[in-house]
Amino acid sequence: MTATPKESQVTGTDTWQGVVADWSGDKETFAMPWGKVMMWIFLLGDTFIFGIFLVGYMAVRMSTADAWPETGEIFAMTVFGHEFPLLLIALMTFILITSSGTMAMAVNYAYLGDRRKTVLLMAATALLGLSFVGMQAFEWTELIVHKGIRPWANPLGAEQFGAVFFMITGFHGLHVLGGVIYIAIVARRVHRGHYEQKGYAIVEITGLYWHFVDLVWVFIFAFFYLL
Amino acid sequence: MSEASHHQPPISLFLKVWGLLFVLSFFSYLVDYYEVQGGLRWALVIFFMVLKAGVIIAVFMHVKWERLALKLLLGLPTLAILVFVVMMAIEANYIQITRLTFFS
Repeated sequence: MTATPKESQVTGTDTWQGVVADWSGDKETFAMPWGKVMMWIFLLGDTFIFGIFLVGYMAVRMSTADAWPETGEIFAMTVFGHEFPLLLIALMTFILITSSGTMAMAVNYAYLGDRRKTVLLMAATALLGLSFVGMQAFEWTELIVHKGIRPWANPLGAEQFGAVFFMITGFHGLHVLGGVIYIAIVARRVHRGHYEQKGYAIVEITGLYWHFVDLVWVFIFAFFYLL
Repeated sequence: MSEASHHQPPISLFLKVWGLLFVLSFFSYLVDYYEVQGGLRWALVIFFMVLKAGVIIAVFMHVKWERLALKLLLGLPTLAILVFVVMMAIEANYIQITRLTFFS
């Protein structure tokens, strides 16, 4: 690093002058490690994929002439003789939020140089993510085996429900599973001291991906299960 | 470079946000539990959803402390999705009308 500050660091970080300086200087536009920029661009693309899926869901739900199934009843669970709507889904939501919290703290400890805490918190994140995938597998089994819902058929109402439900939650579940593997690989390398020279931006980049998965679930939870 | 330019919020902030996300999720669950219906249900669920998404993006994903150039990179293209939502809603409405008119 040179001693003279960059032009972008002199102008404000949150002003239009700062934007102009970032784009016009003969330098990298985004003042961050390239891996982080690439992750943001990937996540922007992923936003569009999930955005289009959810828009497609809206379009088929609005255009179908059949009644949309009551999601509160489909996903209800009976505990101690009392029926709770969406109990499993609520639990999955809390698990994913908790895993986002542990990941955010892992990022903090990584920059503080506390490798032990970073690895432990990332391991906790991965385990919570894995339990989320397990619960989703259980949920899918319930829907397929006991309620007879298929991507092409739905005995409880509009057929389109099966198609969009399995596509969107399935794609999100794959993201969670991919995130668990990603976190496990990075955590193992942190444990081995792989990033002592390179710096710990990688943990933040992994965290961005994980928080994005949590973010998508916020939208799925609202649009699929609550509305 | 990353270490130098990275803003480090205190752990207590993450714990507060974590608690806030729990409370917001719990509220949106209550909307379903007490079977609030109609426009109020949509308004409440979407209100809690936007708050949760905003908090996750701002604090957990550190966007609050990023430069405006990155905020614009993320925010401006995403607006296109909202335009698409409106277009598809109009289209879906039209398809439903034709279905109800000719297929039922």
